[in-house]
Amino acid sequence: MTQNIEEYEDIPGTWVFDAQRARKGYRLNEFLYSLMKAENRKEFLADERTYTSKFGMSDEQQNAVLNRHWNKLLELGGVSYALAKLAFTDGKSYQFMASQMTGMTEKEYVEMMVAGGRSPDGWRSKSERKGKD
Amino acid sequence: MAKIIAGVGTSHTPAIGAAIDNGKAGEPYWVPLFKGYEPAKKWMAETKPDVVIMVYNDHVNAFDFKIIPTFGLGCAEEFKIADEGWGARPVPVVKGYPELASHMIQSLVLDEFDMTIVNEMQVDHGLTTPMSLLFGQPKAWPCRVIPLAVNVIQYPAPTGNRCYMLGKAIKKAVEAWDEDLKVVIFGTGGMSHQIQGPRAGLVNSKFDKAFLDGLSNDPERLVKIPPLEYLRDAGAEAIELVMWLMMRGALGDKVEEVYRFYHVPASSTAVGTIILEARP
Repeated sequence: MTQNIEEYEDIPGTWVFDAQRARKGYRLNEFLYSLMKAENRKEFLADERTYTSKFGMSDEQQNAVLNRHWNKLLELGGVSYALAKLAFTDGKSYQFMASQMTGMTEKEYVEMMVAGGRSPDGWRSKSERKGKD
Repeated sequence: MAKIIAGVGTSHTPAIGAAIDNGKAGEPYWVPLFKGYEPAKKWMAETKPDVVIMVYNDHVNAFDFKIIPTFGLGCAEEFKIADEGWGARPVPVVKGYPELASHMIQSLVLDEFDMTIVNEMQVDHGLTTPMSLLFGQPKAWPCRVIPLAVNVIQYPAPTGNRCYMLGKAIKKAVEAWDEDLKVVIFGTGGMSHQIQGPRAGLVNSKFDKAFLDGLSNDPERLVKIPPLEYLRDAGAEAIELVMWLMMRGALGDKVEEVYRFYHVPASSTAVGTIILEARP
């Protein structure tokens, strides 16, 4: 059962964290992992650029971190659970981070979830999505 | 002889643990969820297992990306609670069962499941949220816990079929342990959800209900679901449901469904729980 990368890429609005993306995101994710420690969170918040420079990630990844460009971070190999540590460091929640990724306000996002969530209809493949954004 | 008497499938959404820890369980948003778990908690209090085997996934807490075990079995005396980025949850330390876990390693590896032995690890919400949901807020957990961490973060995750087969091997291993023990196995995570990208918030209740039905009546159908179908139809993080199939595999052919509950949402997640008792 081999999985074609093209099939992952065909899911709209989603960056599947496969082995190639994980490889690209390794340094970025190691930075995010470091935020599990309270002293590291403090050091990061005191001087984000200096702290992030220690991890050897690309400039593009570093800028996306500094600007909290969540979807860019996913594209560049960040994995959502590690990215959540950045959100927590900012005093935000998973829910806040997810709402940012969808372009909604947190309130709009919560309302969508309480109303039953996002229907998979129209979101299964890029061809199904075509013309809907 | 030790015996797996029942399986519990449950979501492990971190926001549920946070709601419990922060005294928010009585808020209107959370009331229906916790009410739905009350009968499951009651069942657990009456069942009083000696050991829980907790099939869950770590969320970049015990394991960063230096080493990613597909199946990691916790063999330690105890497992401390991870600080996931907002401080460790105020829940009791988890006591393991190294003798039984080591016996399981012996049995599973010879049964051709290449387990990773984990002698030290912290446990995160994937394990502690289900404990809180089913056991409440005791000063110490009332049973020992053997954590079985599955990689469902970096794709590909193990297939549903592989997890199901490993569940069967776990049943065999536990039954070969010469001590009268009541064991309950948990399969955690899911149900439909996606917490990344513009498609975040996806919920597919039809998929989830069919999955719960299948666990009860037709697991052989579920084990054939291809990985991509979970992603497309039920969200990128719904692949966690393969862990429920490990639980189901460990129960043998016949089960009786004694409880089921389904609720949307907890944060970004469709929450489900099911209790299946093994029958001869």
